[in-house]
Amino acid sequence: MSRFRAHSVLPSFNLALGFTLLYLSLIVLIPLSALFFKTATLGWGGFWDVITGDRVVASLRVTFLTSFIAALINAFFGLIVAWVLVRYTFPGKRIVDALVDLPFALPTAVAGITLAALYAPNGWMGQYFAAHDIKVAYTPTGIVVALTFIGLPFVVRTVQPVLADVEAEVEEAAASLGAGRWAVFSRVIFPAIYPALLTGFALAFARAIGEYGSVIFIAGNMPYISEIAPLLIVAKLEQYDYAGATAIAVVMLLLSFALLLALNALQWWTSRRGAR
Amino acid sequence: MSTRSVQRKISTHESLGVTLLLIGVALSYLLLFLGLPLATVFVEAFKKGWELYLSALMEPDAWAAIKLTLIAAGIAVPANLVFGVAAAWAIAKFEFKGKSLLITLIDLPFAVSPVVSGLVYVLLFGAQGWFGHWLQAHDIRLIFAVPGIVLATIFVTFPFIARELIPLMQSQGKEEEEAAVSLGASGWQTFWRVTLPNIKWGLLYGVILCNARAMGEFGAVSVVSGHIRGLTNTMPLHVEILYNEYNFVAAFAVASLLALLALLTLVIKSLVEWQAKRSGEPLH
Amino acid sequence: MSITIENLNKQFGSYKALDNINLEVNSGELLALLGPSGCGKTSLLRIIGGLELADSGKLLFHGEDVEQRDARERNVGFVFQHYALFRHMSVFENVAFGLRVKPKKERHNEAEIKRRVHELLNLVQLDWLHDRYPAQLSGGQRQRIALARALAVEPKILLLDEPFGALDAQVRKELRRWLRRLHDELHITSIFVTHDQEEALEVADRVVVMNKGKIEQIGTPDEVYAAPATPFVYQFIGNVNLFHSRDHAPWTQQHGDAVAYVRPHDIEISQLAQDNTSLPVEVKLVRAIGSIVRVEVAVDGSSEFIEIELSRERFDTAPLTNGDKAFIRPRQFRVFETGVQNELSAA
Repeated sequence: MSRFRAHSVLPSFNLALGFTLLYLSLIVLIPLSALFFKTATLGWGGFWDVITGDRVVASLRVTFLTSFIAALINAFFGLIVAWVLVRYTFPGKRIVDALVDLPFALPTAVAGITLAALYAPNGWMGQYFAAHDIKVAYTPTGIVVALTFIGLPFVVRTVQPVLADVEAEVEEAAASLGAGRWAVFSRVIFPAIYPALLTGFALAFARAIGEYGSVIFIAGNMPYISEIAPLLIVAKLEQYDYAGATAIAVVMLLLSFALLLALNALQWWTSRRGAR
Repeated sequence: MSTRSVQRKISTHESLGVTLLLIGVALSYLLLFLGLPLATVFVEAFKKGWELYLSALMEPDAWAAIKLTLIAAGIAVPANLVFGVAAAWAIAKFEFKGKSLLITLIDLPFAVSPVVSGLVYVLLFGAQGWFGHWLQAHDIRLIFAVPGIVLATIFVTFPFIARELIPLMQSQGKEEEEAAVSLGASGWQTFWRVTLPNIKWGLLYGVILCNARAMGEFGAVSVVSGHIRGLTNTMPLHVEILYNEYNFVAAFAVASLLALLALLTLVIKSLVEWQAKRSGEPLH
Repeated sequence: MSITIENLNKQFGSYKALDNINLEVNSGELLALLGPSGCGKTSLLRIIGGLELADSGKLLFHGEDVEQRDARERNVGFVFQHYALFRHMSVFENVAFGLRVKPKKERHNEAEIKRRVHELLNLVQLDWLHDRYPAQLSGGQRQRIALARALAVEPKILLLDEPFGALDAQVRKELRRWLRRLHDELHITSIFVTHDQEEALEVADRVVVMNKGKIEQIGTPDEVYAAPATPFVYQFIGNVNLFHSRDHAPWTQQHGDAVAYVRPHDIEISQLAQDNTSLPVEVKLVRAIGSIVRVEVAVDGSSEFIEIELSRERFDTAPLTNGDKAFIRPRQFRVFETGVQNELSAA
């Protein structure tokens, strides 16, 4: 055997790895590469024209801005939810804890029509906003609501285990050195959990950028105002503008990768510094 | 409400007021973003009474959608299960070059927008796609047909099971398998009698999440489906069509089935987590 | 600063962690709380430090009731078994923490903080590590940093919870001596918790032996070893042989149901009976361990072994081998009536 793998007595390595690579190529790699080949048919100039089109730029801006705001909201409230679930006990806590994963389990289309009904001007929530002349559904605000729902579990689930791992001793040490509760939180607990908070934020952000099903029902989908990039891809596809759709997809993909890369770099950096 | 810090004042706990405030904020937030939407699904579905609810579900197009959803999940989940086990076996039990690249590639579908996941298959198999002419010449339809829906579903649920199994099997090491082989067990015997019992909860966990996503996927499936009623509509797509026709009761009736599926998923997931904890097989 | 503890009680659910504790700690002394795990020693330390609250009883620092003062206001330094260093801060920042969280008007300027931190790091001989992170230090170094951190706020009292418990034997021994020297230099009233008798006897001025939430004995290391107040202390500190009155009536004499406690080195062994209280035994095992020789014998017809320690010189004057018949007699012993902690006789 070559140096490609270390010796092992366990069987079926070739079979398992071979199947893995074949399946991965057929389902994921070859189809994804089609994306880049198709974009290449546009040429550099054509590609640039598509992605700098007013409507495309507007949709990218709406997508990234609403995703960012939704991820921020989730970072703040997700931290509080994680804190409450780790530190306190109250009746029904286990049910609440399980329910946090609802956005992972609930189909996005269901979330979409539900949030639209809830925040429409005659809906349960919408009527209160309407009374103050605030429109939520069919505006970018509605998009933020949907993306907040979609991203809710990420921050909670990344922060929860890390927060539970903060040793009581460390907090006690800080208190016995004269730190008040807020100082203990801001100087000792927060630095320990903020890499996880950042990870959760990035995950929620990345998920929101690609989100489609939950958004289109509540967004109103007005070009330049509340049209998200994934919807524009679908629109181009329906006009048989495959190359145009693909160009937008490639831009989104590259931006998501950049985000993921930054995330990995961040994790690597924090694990190097904070290792036990 | 009993909380840990409702004793006397110790400086390693928040005051009662802060505690109650935080619990209040957290629960309000969850109620607003989770509780209310969940309740809305069922309220809207039953708005016009049981009869309309049931008739919306008994409609042939609804049945066709349910059937197609079950078919898509019924193919996607086992396919990704086999893949997940094979990938985890190779990655967790062997040392080879390029392993971390492989793990990253497996995670790829999570980084791709659902719409793009559908788009790539249109580019391959659509009328203008790479294989479009060849498929047309042989009168095979993949896009705007059931195979496309299945493919898109497989793509978006691709990493779920592998992702669950790889860290689990890595943390368990390979000593037990090596012991089994040294005692004369064959490859299959080793897998069935040693490996599988050790990962059964993680496997189930991955399958449940994979299934929930497979049945609920909207964006990717929407792009490849063509929205032909009774033929290429899954349940989420059927919900969309009904909603866009302003048939809200029917839309929410079908949606309520999907919401029940989601709740069932959460219940089973909690049970699996609980069982895994009891049997000392750590999920992540 | 002296510490006075009066009638202190602490209950966890149905478990009584501290049962009516009374203790006086003198200013400037180094006191050890010694006992098996679960005896309440850590609870007592945490209550003194303000990390936990007693159910009832009084706690006074220098005559002043501190019950209502929380941990940050007690001016107590606390050193934890697992160091509890702040992982994301450098060694320097760890030590500086207590100075930085002081209220604004008491806070020193940056130059002064810097000076004091380096002074402390020099005191624990680790100034060269000031820009490292805790993860990059060895266990012994971490514990010294933890100590420097606790000392930074100039505590009047230093509390150490199993400070050497997580270290390996060699480092533990070194740090023990070092702690003793440091205490002799600084003279801060210090209490440390340990389950290691050797550690308590070697380092402390006085030792408090605890068991099941109660204090069994308070005394100097010499006192608790040489004159244990209770059967528990006898058994917990040092080795001991038990002779029950049923089987060895001559020693326990008239006292009915009682047990005699005899240290291994307080037993004489010889080939001839010295008087009628001598016990005939058979030698089962002879083993030389460094400067002493350990002889295990069994009374005829009994399966219980009795341990005897002799100096090597003493052994060489009358060597024994396995299977030899011999007689033993206690030089010094104590009798406790079963169930009653009552000293009856000593030869």
